[in-house]
Amino acid sequence: MITQYLFYFLTFTAIFCALLVVFSKNPIYSALYLIVTFFATAGHYFLLNAQFLGAVHVIVYAGAIMVLFIYVIMMLNLNKEVEPHKSNIIKIAATVCGGILGLVLIAALRETELGEITEYSNNGIGLIEKLGNVLFGAYMVPFEISTVLFLSAMVGAVFLSKKNIH
Amino acid sequence: MEIIKGVPLTSYILLCSMLFSIGVLGVLYRRNALVIFMCIELMLNSVNLLLVAFSRYYSDSNAQVFVFFIMAVAAAEVSVGLAILMMIYRNTKTTDIDALNKLKF
Repeated sequence: MITQYLFYFLTFTAIFCALLVVFSKNPIYSALYLIVTFFATAGHYFLLNAQFLGAVHVIVYAGAIMVLFIYVIMMLNLNKEVEPHKSNIIKIAATVCGGILGLVLIAALRETELGEITEYSNNGIGLIEKLGNVLFGAYMVPFEISTVLFLSAMVGAVFLSKKNIH
Repeated sequence: MEIIKGVPLTSYILLCSMLFSIGVLGVLYRRNALVIFMCIELMLNSVNLLLVAFSRYYSDSNAQVFVFFIMAVAAAEVSVGLAILMMIYRNTKTTDIDALNKLKF
């Protein structure tokens, strides 16, 4: 039963903090609530016995991406409520659209026939040993291509942040 | 059938639907480009979580490799996107997306 309570606690934390990300006026509070959401998601990964992905998620998202976000907020000096007021009609329209999308997704997926769920055995598919075999076996070429992606992203970021591009 | 005791797969589907809708809501609701980026990360996260849940419940490790690649692409996307955001700020002195309406008509 402890896993069930843990699931509901993590779910509540994730959804509550995701809502606060959207509705906080100040961008730095949005970033901090986003970190809490990421940690709740990492907790879900650990609960699903995907330890490798949980660790990678904490390192990549909470470690790298959020540092980038907070660094940009600091550099642009956005640590105040600079956001001009959007008109109420757009806010209402956005809320209605998001709500309807959520309603449709939930209503459509609530009663889905999920097919045969494979019998649980502690086969450790989320552990780094199994995952490494798959990653460096069948997915070797995509893994190599992702390094090229990172190189191009790095070159692009450096090039974009240069002043006086001719 | 439940693998995690007391948590059916449908719970994960509902959780990820809600997180995805909140991400869409944020993209429509906010006008600060930085917060819109954060909401895009939120949507990517919800899809990742659902992929991991399905991989766990159907004992398939390919989905976890896909999640790994999605994380790699998200990291690259954020670095380039924030560089673009810095350039936008340097040119317009604001991160308000309504200032970028030159392609509107």
